[in-house]
Amino acid sequence: MHRFANPTRFLRLADAILPWSAAIAVLTITAGLIWGLGFAPPDYQQGDTVRIMFVHVPSAWMALFIYGAMAVSSAVALIWKHAVADLVAKASAPIGAGFCLICLISGSLWGEPMWGTWWQWDARLTSMLILLFLYIGYMALWQAFDDPQRAAKAAAILALVGSVNLPIIKFSVDWWNTLHQPASVFTLSGPKIHISMLMPLLLMAVGFKAYYVSVLVLRTRAEIMARRIRALRLTYAQAEAAE
Amino acid sequence: MTGFWLVLRRDLSLAFKQGGAAMLALAFFVVTVTLFPLGVGPSPDILARIGPGVIWVAALLSALLSLDRLFQADLEDGSLDLLVLAPLPLQATVLAKCAAHWLSTGLPLIAAAPVLGLLMNMPAEGIWTLLAAMVLGTPSLSLIGAIGAALTVAVRRGGVLLSLLVLPLYIPVLIFGVAAVDAATVGLSVRPHLLLLSAISLGSVVLAPVAAAPALRLALE
Repeated sequence: MHRFANPTRFLRLADAILPWSAAIAVLTITAGLIWGLGFAPPDYQQGDTVRIMFVHVPSAWMALFIYGAMAVSSAVALIWKHAVADLVAKASAPIGAGFCLICLISGSLWGEPMWGTWWQWDARLTSMLILLFLYIGYMALWQAFDDPQRAAKAAAILALVGSVNLPIIKFSVDWWNTLHQPASVFTLSGPKIHISMLMPLLLMAVGFKAYYVSVLVLRTRAEIMARRIRALRLTYAQAEAAE
Repeated sequence: MTGFWLVLRRDLSLAFKQGGAAMLALAFFVVTVTLFPLGVGPSPDILARIGPGVIWVAALLSALLSLDRLFQADLEDGSLDLLVLAPLPLQATVLAKCAAHWLSTGLPLIAAAPVLGLLMNMPAEGIWTLLAAMVLGTPSLSLIGAIGAALTVAVRRGGVLLSLLVLPLYIPVLIFGVAAVDAATVGLSVRPHLLLLSAISLGSVVLAPVAAAPALRLALE
């Protein structure tokens, strides 16, 4: 892990990963969308609206996964003072917030025909909304400091505190009686949905994950460059001040 | 342990001396709750229905309002540097300051809550449960808030940011606090809600000092 604390080495790795992850993302999302929207069977109760699932469910998984990734890399950054980990966490936040928003909006669009309401204050929806607020607070804390080193540490502490919310979201459908249906893919007795719907769903999930990796690599690269530019500017300013 | 009591006593006397914020939070609490009957109309049924929620939300906001000074005054006059250097572990100092914050703002709110409950036309069993829920739940407001206060202490205009960071984390307290009162008014068991509130408070006793102490060290770097 410490090998990749060196930004140059990270950049080399990033360049190697990016074409592959981008290609996987494009292929699987295209295939998953065509399969899911065009060929997967309609649900016997929900009809064609069930196809919203192919976007809604993977983006919900991603919103949780990315916050988890943010919390882990924040812990790594705090404990080992890893130079790239806090940039990875920072770069992840907007992507995760985006997925969270997609999940909420697509869920709302799905809820209107199925439940007869755009929004319901049940445990799953509310805790997902809290997750979005946590993402926003995290990004705001990054913006609040002038010194990126201090911002990184403060944001890392906040990310770890907020990670308390993750198990609450995951298990909210089991702990409370909610309108939102309980887990139907990751259950102890195996997936409860038919293979013809499961396959495009998993394709989309892989595609979203590959998309996350690609954008994460791009954003982290930009963050490393921004940090270098900042360092250069500071050096010039100090040199000018010394003259 | 003497250090803990010293910090606690110092913060308490600061809170109740002239210029202290203890009574301001209470006044804010009362005024905010008073606004609701004026805003939604004085119909007793509606007031009884929204009463617990309004009182809890007002309590959340008044706790939040007094939080941004929790560490800021100490940072400005330099006593935070001394508290960090003191032999008492910084986590214990944070805990003492949270205890002082709860005693000076949380307790007055709890004392005022039954009266406001009467004003909101809440039934007697609802008021008793509200009292119990606030006793169990409000310590977590001070503790969770201390994390946010420590993170934003060195930030200019940290107050708005503080509310953005802390309010999402307050939501579980609000949910279970109101759920307990609602359960009592319809005759269900209040035990699970009160237990969950206690769990949140106890958990934050452990976690909040651990998170707030490094954040304070960061502010002094």
